[in-house]
Amino acid sequence: MMHTGRIHSLETFGTVDGPGIRFVLFLQGCALQCRYCHNPDSWDTQAGELRSVDDILREIEPYVEYYRLSGGGITVTGGEPTLQAPFVAELFRACKERWGLHTALDSSGFCEPSHAQALLDATDLVLLDLKRMDRDAHRELTSQPNDRILRFAKHLSARGTKMWIRRVLIPGWTDGADELLELGRFIGGLEGVEKVEVLPYHRMGVYKWHQLGKAYPLEGVMEPGPEEVARAGRLIGQGVEEGKRELTLMVNT
Amino acid sequence: MAITEKNLNRAAAAAAPADGWRGFRSGRWQRHVDVNDFIGLNLTPYEGDESFLAEPTEATLELWDTVLELMKRERQNGGVLDVDTETVSTIVSHGPGYIKRELEKVVGLQTDAPLKRSIQPFGGIRMVDDACKAYGYELPEATRRLFTDIRKTHNQGVFDAYTTEMKLARKAGIITGLPDAYGRGRIIGDYRRVALYGVDRLIEAKKEDLLQLETDVIAEDVIRAREELSEQIRSLAELKTMAASYGFDVSRPAANALEAVQWLYFAYLAAIKEQNGAAMSLGRVSSFLDVYIERDKREGTLTEAEAQELIDHLVMKLRMVKFLRTPDYNELFSGDPTWVTESIGGMGNDGRTRVTRNSFRFLHTLYNLGPAPEPNLTVLWSTRLPEGFKNYCAKVSVDTSSIQYENDDLMRPEFGDDYGIACCVSAMRIGKQMQFFGARANLGKTLLYAINGGKDEKLGIQVGPALAPMSGDTLEYGEVMERFDRVMDWLARLYMNTLNVIHYMHDKYCYERIEMALHDREILRTMACGIAGLSVVADSLSAIKHAKVKPIRNEQGLAVDFEIEGEYPQYGNNDARVDDIAVAVTESFMNKLRKHPTYRNALPTMSVLTITSNVVYGKKTGSTPDGRKAGEPFAPGANPMHGRDRKGALASLGSVAKLPYASCLDGISNTFSIVPKALGREADTRVRNLVSMLDGYAASKGHHLNVNVFNREQLLDAMEHPENYPQLTIRVSGYAVNFIKLTREQQLDVLNRTFHGSV
Repeated sequence: MMHTGRIHSLETFGTVDGPGIRFVLFLQGCALQCRYCHNPDSWDTQAGELRSVDDILREIEPYVEYYRLSGGGITVTGGEPTLQAPFVAELFRACKERWGLHTALDSSGFCEPSHAQALLDATDLVLLDLKRMDRDAHRELTSQPNDRILRFAKHLSARGTKMWIRRVLIPGWTDGADELLELGRFIGGLEGVEKVEVLPYHRMGVYKWHQLGKAYPLEGVMEPGPEEVARAGRLIGQGVEEGKRELTLMVNT
Repeated sequence: MAITEKNLNRAAAAAAPADGWRGFRSGRWQRHVDVNDFIGLNLTPYEGDESFLAEPTEATLELWDTVLELMKRERQNGGVLDVDTETVSTIVSHGPGYIKRELEKVVGLQTDAPLKRSIQPFGGIRMVDDACKAYGYELPEATRRLFTDIRKTHNQGVFDAYTTEMKLARKAGIITGLPDAYGRGRIIGDYRRVALYGVDRLIEAKKEDLLQLETDVIAEDVIRAREELSEQIRSLAELKTMAASYGFDVSRPAANALEAVQWLYFAYLAAIKEQNGAAMSLGRVSSFLDVYIERDKREGTLTEAEAQELIDHLVMKLRMVKFLRTPDYNELFSGDPTWVTESIGGMGNDGRTRVTRNSFRFLHTLYNLGPAPEPNLTVLWSTRLPEGFKNYCAKVSVDTSSIQYENDDLMRPEFGDDYGIACCVSAMRIGKQMQFFGARANLGKTLLYAINGGKDEKLGIQVGPALAPMSGDTLEYGEVMERFDRVMDWLARLYMNTLNVIHYMHDKYCYERIEMALHDREILRTMACGIAGLSVVADSLSAIKHAKVKPIRNEQGLAVDFEIEGEYPQYGNNDARVDDIAVAVTESFMNKLRKHPTYRNALPTMSVLTITSNVVYGKKTGSTPDGRKAGEPFAPGANPMHGRDRKGALASLGSVAKLPYASCLDGISNTFSIVPKALGREADTRVRNLVSMLDGYAASKGHHLNVNVFNREQLLDAMEHPENYPQLTIRVSGYAVNFIKLTREQQLDVLNRTFHGSV
């Protein structure tokens, strides 16, 4: 059966969402409403363009050599891709069958593991965004608590899925020492984490909020400097050690 | 005494080849002038990485500081440091000049002082006169009169022969940038020959050619060839005289690396003293010179630091090449470019790479001396290049944005394994091929002529063929295409005829003696036409076909603007619905050019290249049916219009790679700008991704790629504080410029272009 997906946009030369050069598909629709989101135009689950798996495969085909040569592949992000899990699963399966492409899912983890079995079976790597460890603070930041997200992370760990954990570093919001240590400890308890990326918060999406007629909730928050990012990396690393797992982590800034 | 000295000299000359050629593998090259044979037999391909490279020496740093200071004074002085208005430049016109003699490993300047410009009036006296005035100098009346009343120039010849229609087309800007008032350039002398053979041997060979031309019927072509050969021989003698004034005897082959670099540079210097060509490219010298460096190293007479010093000093000289040009010219081709293009790398037909250690050393000058637009370092990219070299190129690109890439796998089958790039993207066999530079025709305007019945939308007068203007409310695709085709027929004929006039006169009044002396007698000439505005035309035709385009007419009935209803596929998204139009237009115009006879039976070719003139072309062109407003810049070269490529870099590259090289043998320029973060998060990832991108583009038959890696913020800051960015180099269509030397308009154009990876 041929699924259709709601597509926000696509990028043929992605290099920051997984290894190598990647085809990045942005899906439309998200269940969270993060205050710092740089793609608020991707929230609305009714917007976007409906396109079939075959249609997307045709978009990928001309560039497969680039993706293969560079050790890259396809990344589906959003919005929240797990909201359209059957579509993404079919797309990933087709990419693997046709071209043997590496598949990555960039997710907030706000997803019931039982809904994502087929999708995870076809996924080589999950880029998992852990926005805040504190439950209430998470709700304040994203409009939802984080129980489901942490559950999803543990599920990935249990089923042996490889993960890159990401943390957007927002001064005053996600960069407290305790918070970062706690994040590290949690990561330390997971299997399959290949990489931790600290992504400095940026303001390049602010104009999109204005275009949508929304007030930007983080007005006045500064972008963190390299020292702050390095500090965050150290704290997370320390937490991971305390999480008492022997993991060789590349803490990436 | 004098006799003894003479005898000694003769003895030395007789012994010379054996000494200059010691340790080289023998072959055909010893009996004939055949540099490629020499390279093939003596090259040491290098498959390693950059770890062997040496830092700049003290002398290099001190010398370069001096040059930087001079360049700073030149900028402060309004762009020109000094002009020698008294002496008409020839190979032997000026006495020796030095930067700091005791520090210079490689010597020779265009005049007797660094950055002092000379007057070169053979292309046209008005250009010289205007340039002098613009920079606050006065050309002596006697010189002005000499080149107006007594000695005719190329410029005067051209205008004697131009037809009414040609002058009008030039005024309207449907054909512009024509080399009718200055030197045409884009000819590469095989400067390596002077190092390998010495000048005497080359003169001997030319004299032999002259004897071969003592034929039964001395017809016009033979007469011309004989005169040209005689001029070539004369110029070679002058080259010896010029070198002697610096204390060197270039009549014999170079005996070591230092001499090889020096001999080769003297040959190039002779060319630029004689010709103020639009592009004075160097050729493909780095791996040739490597043979000499390797021999010296084997003999224990040269260290790596000394080898690098030689190359650093040569490159320093190439960065100082200056011509006296008018500010008008700089508006067209900004930043005082000279296109000292050096082609590096590539593969040999024997399957071995032509990458040597010296390929690395040339790129390494961008660290030792900092980034710079000249020499125009051009990597001949093959998917089969050694990984170490690929990675180093990508690293240098990410760090300096000073390299352009051209597809060796695409060019080698056409041009063999010893071609070089002239100017930006024009490949030619070194010493065996030249081109008649033809600038470009404005296809965006051509389309407007089709819509407006041949009337120019800016001038309001009839320039093109008088067709009935299109009168409907909505433009109909079939009708537009039919008329566009007819206007292109007219344009191709007019364009070719115009170029014939120009090159006839250039050969007659401004012949490139020394450059042609470093060519074979029988060469291939191409008539290198060009087009600008390809993406505007493709998008316009796509809009007319796939959306509804309504012309808005002025009181004269000319379409001065367009209303577009609905979406249409845009070039730059790898979408066949519009890319096929771009391909068809390219092929069609090339085929029309092929229908016309050419001067000296040159082979017609075409480029899709604008250099920075895309801004001026846009200025001279009214609103177009794709939604571009009157006066707005075109996209440079074959680039998609900025902001219209919405599927990312690979889709954008995919569209450009579809343009058929067979129809654009003079090159297809594509300029690619990306923010560093969009290449990857870590330095090694960026390098890897860029290499993969270049491999993929080459494999998909893309021809040329300028690679810029920088942030918009950095450029904005450079606009505000140019003093902090004296060496900020960016690649524009086919060459590189100092960003701070661009006009404000051009700076904004660069900023408005698509930066892949920007949110």
